[in-house]
Amino acid sequence: MNSVSTIVKNETKCYHCGEDCLEGKLTFEEHSFCCNGCKTVYEILSSNDLCDYYSMESTPGFTIRDKAEHSLFDFLDNESIKREVLDFEGEGFQRATLHIPNVHCSSCIWLLESLDRLNPAVLDSVINFSSKKLTVNYKSDEMSLRQLAEMLDSIGYGPQINLKDSDESKKPQKTFDKQLLIKMGIAGFCFGNVMLLSFPDYLGIAGVEEEYRSFFRYLSLALSLPVVFYSGSEYFTSALKGAKQKFANIDVPIAIGLLALFVRSSYEVIADVGPGYFDSLVGLVFFLLIGKWFQSKTYEALSFERDYQSYFPLAVQKRINDAFAPVPVKELKKGDEVLLRNGEVLPADAILIDDYASIDYSFVTGESVPVARKKGDYVYAGGRQVGKQVRFVIQKEVSQSYLTQLWNNDAFGEKEVHTKLVDKVSRYFTLVILLIAFGSAIFWQLTDPSQTWLVFTAVLIIACPCALALSTPFTMGSIMRVFGRNHFYLKNADVIEKLNATNTIVFDKTGTITETQGEALKFCGPALSEAEKALIHTAVASSTHPLSRWIKQFTEAKGFDYNIESFEEIEGKGFVSVVSGLTVKVGSAKFLGVEKSTQNNATQVHVSIGDDYKGYFSFEATYRKGLSALLDALKNKFKFQVLSGDNDKEAERLKSMFPTGSTLRFNQSPEDKLKAIKEIQAKGNDVIMLGDGLNDAGALQQSKVGIAITEDVSLFSPASDAILKASNLMDLHKFIQLAHEGRNVILASFILSLLYNGIGLSFAVAGELTPLVAAILMPLSSISIVVFTTVSINLISKKIKLK
Amino acid sequence: MSVILILILVSLVVAIAFLTAFFWAVKSGQFDDTYSPSVRMLFEDRVKKEKEAKDD
Repeated sequence: MNSVSTIVKNETKCYHCGEDCLEGKLTFEEHSFCCNGCKTVYEILSSNDLCDYYSMESTPGFTIRDKAEHSLFDFLDNESIKREVLDFEGEGFQRATLHIPNVHCSSCIWLLESLDRLNPAVLDSVINFSSKKLTVNYKSDEMSLRQLAEMLDSIGYGPQINLKDSDESKKPQKTFDKQLLIKMGIAGFCFGNVMLLSFPDYLGIAGVEEEYRSFFRYLSLALSLPVVFYSGSEYFTSALKGAKQKFANIDVPIAIGLLALFVRSSYEVIADVGPGYFDSLVGLVFFLLIGKWFQSKTYEALSFERDYQSYFPLAVQKRINDAFAPVPVKELKKGDEVLLRNGEVLPADAILIDDYASIDYSFVTGESVPVARKKGDYVYAGGRQVGKQVRFVIQKEVSQSYLTQLWNNDAFGEKEVHTKLVDKVSRYFTLVILLIAFGSAIFWQLTDPSQTWLVFTAVLIIACPCALALSTPFTMGSIMRVFGRNHFYLKNADVIEKLNATNTIVFDKTGTITETQGEALKFCGPALSEAEKALIHTAVASSTHPLSRWIKQFTEAKGFDYNIESFEEIEGKGFVSVVSGLTVKVGSAKFLGVEKSTQNNATQVHVSIGDDYKGYFSFEATYRKGLSALLDALKNKFKFQVLSGDNDKEAERLKSMFPTGSTLRFNQSPEDKLKAIKEIQAKGNDVIMLGDGLNDAGALQQSKVGIAITEDVSLFSPASDAILKASNLMDLHKFIQLAHEGRNVILASFILSLLYNGIGLSFAVAGELTPLVAAILMPLSSISIVVFTTVSINLISKKIKLK
Repeated sequence: MSVILILILVSLVVAIAFLTAFFWAVKSGQFDDTYSPSVRMLFEDRVKKEKEAKDD
């Protein structure tokens, strides 16, 4: 196959993933690829006649270039782990459900459902797009779970297997959604039928048809039973719960209204005095349920509850006698010897027993430059080994490690209960309604006792705050949809109200306000000539060190043709290479025998060509573009703090960026960050925390609103209230503004719905609330509130330039 | 005259049949994933394709 591929330098897009082909593209069967990984996927697909993958959507693939290595799945051979992952095991056949984070388009669906063409052992495969879960049935005597995972990985859809998957914590959520749908179905069905059955009464029944009247009415009564006692049951239980805690939530007046409607209507039908208000009653429940459904839109594929367990591996290679075999991480004990291969995560604090390791802590701290560790160093859990395989001796159990101890903190218990705005209003509302109801009852008792009971129930019926109850869910639901379009995903609608109640924003530094990818690479020393650049470029191409890739990009030079003659890499120090007769040395200051520059503390890579020392490359964090504009827009309403796990080398730069009065803290451990948030809260402030790594998990949990920043929302992010795509961080002030405006919209719709209630009450108190008036007034008020809230939220979001 | 009663009852039974169909659809997971079926129906029918290949 290699004979077909040639290297051509040109700016083109990769046929597989759509990335620019930077480092010289590869061509295969007339298509260009940015890297070997993408090309390999294409080869696999084309040799299995699966190229339709590329015809459905252009460049459907995920880039494989940045993925240094393929994941290892040999732990899936371990029986106990396998049993946890498998759904079902039969005679020569197994079923597994795997989470595939990369699923994003119709091509993905097609390819993943055509797996049987790739390997005939697959019987069938079905993908659930919204939860990104793939269910595969396969012949277990022809293919193992491990082979399945490796096959998926080889075509760029590596499954993410972790402990949380086996616990299947998501199931209760699903049944809730289904129940709501069924309740809505019943309410909608009964609403339609009761409305039809009510028409004759409204239009007036006369003469011959009168004999049908009681039939229609009893049928309406029968149809309202499942709606009141099944679909609307939640309102009664919630109201009872509220009453027990002596707290009148919005469900209390709703439950009173529903009950009054039902009792009054049943009485009218049974006593044969009128048609009752069954259509209003059933319609009311139907609208309320629609509101609930609208607000409960969740992001199934995103998880807001992830802790370290879903980031840590399921198993690790442990030494048993003279061989290494995968064991579940839970079983690790102090003193165990473990082997980490390229790309594997260290699950517990350990001491390195090999000479050198290069550990990438990007998921923990957001720092993307790997750190070097030497023999005997104490290495914290959560780091990812980059490069050769290395051995460690475990020092602490997984749950007792430096990072994971964070989860033992109280902050991970119950979060404070947030009192919703609507519940605050409903407390007074309930009181006022009861006063009016009893007041008018007393008045009628004195003037015309026969009307007392009718007026009393009529007041309770018309006061049922349906419109009031709908205004919040529809406003919140609309805001959540606008946020979602802008890649800001909320755990639930309460987060919007909590956003309004904050006055302090705390930023994590690395990975949150600095870029995680492509740190600014700078060459310090006399400027390199094009020829020198090309020399270094050629030499560095053979190095596997993660920093080498960036240097390679940086030293891109055209028109030179150097050949590499020898190459020797010394782990943890650097490499010596002979390129076209010239010796090129690249590595640490010590390795080259020069003084480390003290100008900055950034990671430095020094270079010499021949005998001349040329200078060094320095990797510096760059701050995200637009940060100062964002801070400017927010500084009137918020105080800022920065919590950095790094040393204070960036203090001066940060100080100049943040407005005066902002607090900057450095050298913060994960525990310190959590404590810092508690401290700010103790002073009576409510905090929004923005962070990206596992080390921010405690602070995210403790703060009122914890927002996890992530480059790719399908990747891991720590437990939080909201997930925000890093590229949309600079819209934060717009999100906060929309949340504020949302509050105004809700207040306006409260006034609107109270107006409706006022009109209705005037009918009721006067004893003129006929079923027809109720049947018109109640849906009208509900629908106008729904239209008002959704339209105004969408107009406002357009005004503040959100998508 | 009483035919109206029968008709209404029949219509209710028919409507309840549809409601039951809706319950079945919800319970069998048809509302779990509302995106992929819309794409899936556009995929080439593979059995046909293979047959055509044989015919050639």
